[in-house]
Amino acid sequence: MAQTTGERYRVAPVHRRSREWPFPLNLYQTAVGRKWVMALTGIGLIGFVLAHMVGNLHVYEGPARMHEYAESLRTIGGGLVPKSAVLWLLRLGLLSMFVLHLHSAISLSRMSRASSEDAGLVSGAKRYAGGREHVAATYASRTMRWTGPIIALFILYHLADLTWGWWLGDDFVAGDPYHNVSTSLSALPVAILYIVANVALAFHIFHGAWSMFQSLGINNPRYNHLRRGLATLLAGLILVGNLSFPILTQAGLIDEDNRTCPIGEVEGNTCLAEEAEGHQG
Amino acid sequence: MSGSHGETINVTLKVWRQTSADAPGGFETHQQAISTDASFLEMLDLLNEELNAAGKEPIAFESDCREGICGTCGVMINGRAHGPQKATATCQLHMREFADDDEIVIEPFRATGFPVIRDLAVDRSPLDAIIEAGGYISVNTGAASDANLTPVPKAAADQAFDAAACIGCGACVAACPNSAAQLFTSAKIGHLGLLPQGQAERWSRTEAMVETMEEFFGSCTNHGECTEACPKEISLDFIALMNRDYMKAKVKNRGLAGQH
Ligand code: HEM
Ligand code: SF4
Ligand code: FES
Repeated sequence: MAQTTGERYRVAPVHRRSREWPFPLNLYQTAVGRKWVMALTGIGLIGFVLAHMVGNLHVYEGPARMHEYAESLRTIGGGLVPKSAVLWLLRLGLLSMFVLHLHSAISLSRMSRASSEDAGLVSGAKRYAGGREHVAATYASRTMRWTGPIIALFILYHLADLTWGWWLGDDFVAGDPYHNVSTSLSALPVAILYIVANVALAFHIFHGAWSMFQSLGINNPRYNHLRRGLATLLAGLILVGNLSFPILTQAGLIDEDNRTCPIGEVEGNTCLAEEAEGHQG
Repeated sequence: MSGSHGETINVTLKVWRQTSADAPGGFETHQQAISTDASFLEMLDLLNEELNAAGKEPIAFESDCREGICGTCGVMINGRAHGPQKATATCQLHMREFADDDEIVIEPFRATGFPVIRDLAVDRSPLDAIIEAGGYISVNTGAASDANLTPVPKAAADQAFDAAACIGCGACVAACPNSAAQLFTSAKIGHLGLLPQGQAERWSRTEAMVETMEEFFGSCTNHGECTEACPKEISLDFIALMNRDYMKAKVKNRGLAGQH
C-alpha cells in the first residue's frame, strides 16, 4: 500500500476527499469540475439575462406589443405542446442552473476560506499586515462574492414585484406587464433598487464572462485578447439595456398617458390583444 | 567593480516572529542601516548577526541557492510575495529597491496549507505532495538512450520550457486571495503534459495532481494575482490548459458502470 499524503507529510490535508461518485457525478466533487459547472451555468444565465433584456425592449413599443410578447412566451412550441409547457421547462432549467451556480459558488468560496484560515483573514478575505495591494485582481473579480448575493436577493424581489405582484397589490394586473413595469418603476426607491442591482450584475458578468473562458480551458494565444473585450461587451449591453427601463420610466418615457385600453384584467387584456393584432393586420 | 557604489539607507523592519505553528506570533521592529548594494537576504543575515551577538534568537528564514532557482526563499515584503520587483525571487531582490526611511513589513507566505515552521519559514511540503502524485514520467531503464531520440516540436518545447521554469516557491499560493495552488500545479502538469515523454501518464497525472492539490488549497477564481507574484512569470494560460486536461482526464479515466 502506498503511503497516503496524510501519513507521509507533516501538513495534514485541509480538505478531505470523500468517496468518489460514479462518472459523471464525480465531476461535481472536485473544485476544478465544479468550476466547469459554474462556468456552464454562468453561460446559461448570461444567455437568459441577455434574452430577458432584449425581450423587455418591447416595452418601448407600448402596452399592446408588450402584452403580445408576454403571451408569445407562453405559446413557444406552438400547437404541438400544451400552452406554457415549454415555458415551464425553460423555467425549470433556469432554476436548476441557478441552484447549481449558487451551490458551487458558495461551496468553493468556503473551500477557499478554509484554505486561508491560517492566513490572517479579515472579514473573510485574506490580508497581509504589510498592506497587501491587489496587483492583478480587478474590482469586479474581488466583489464576485458580493455582487452574486446582491443579484440573488434582487431576483427574489423582482419575482415578487413583477411576477407575483406582491408589492403592487390591486395595482398589479396579470398579463399587462407594461402597466406593472411602469407602475412599479415610477416609484423612485424601486427604480434605484433596480439600478443598483443591475450595476452589480454588470460587474459580475464583467469578471464572470472572462473567468469562464479560463475555467473551461478556452485559451488560444491567437484569440485570448478578445476574451476581455467580449466580457466587457456583454456586461455593457446588458447594463445599458436593463438600466434603460428604470431610468426612462423615471424620465417619463414609459408611462400610460397615451394608453387606449382600460387598465384591468379581463376586458383590458382583450383590448390589448386586439390592439396588438390590429397593428399586425 | 566600477560604477556607482551603494549608499547607505536606514530602514525600519517589521518582522514576523513566531516560535512554532501553534504558538501565537507577532511583529518585532528593528532599525537597520544597510547598503543599497546589499541583497534583501544579506540584510537579514546582518540583522541576524547582530541578534546573535546580543544573545537573541535570530530570525528564521529559508534560502539555499540565492540565485533564484531553488525556490526556498520566498517571504511577503510589504504585502507582496517576493517583494516589489517583478519577476524576482526574494534572494535576488536588492536594497536599492528601497529608499531611506522606508518601513518594510516582512511576513511569511500565508495559507492554511503552508503552516509556519518558525518566523518566516513555512512548511511547503503540500507542493511536494502534489508533485509526488504525478510529477514524473516513466522511462525504460538500461543504457542511456541517444540524445534527440524523441523529436519534440519547437512550439511544445518552448511552452514546456516556460512551464518548467517554475521553482516551486509557493508565491502563487501566498499571493492568491483564495490560497489556490493552480499556477504551480498547472505549470508542473503543463511542463510534462506538453512533451512527448509525458504523454503516457498525461491523464492519470492530471487527475491525480489536481485532486491532491485540492486536498490542501483553495479554489481558483481567476484573479490573476499569482502570475503577478510569480518570480518566473508563469502564465495563466497553463491554468486553462490544466482545466481542459482535467476534464478530458475525467472523461478518459471514467469507470463505466461496474468497473470501479
Ligand atoms: C444568483 C446569484 C449569483 C451568485 C451568488 C453568483 C456567484 C458567483 C461566484 C461566487 C462566482 C465565482 C467567481 C469567480 O469565479 O471569480 C460566479 C461566477 C460566475 N457567475 Fe455568478 N452568481 C450569481 C448569479 C449569476 C448570474 C445571474 C449570472 C449571469 C448573468 C452569473 C454568471 C457568472 C459567470 C459567467 C461566472 C464565471 C464562472 C467561472 O468563473 O468560470 N452569475 N458567480
Ligand atoms: S508558479 Fe511561480 S509563484 Fe508558483 S511556485 Fe512556481 S515559480 Fe513560484
Ligand atoms: S534562495 Fe534559491 S530561489 Fe531564492
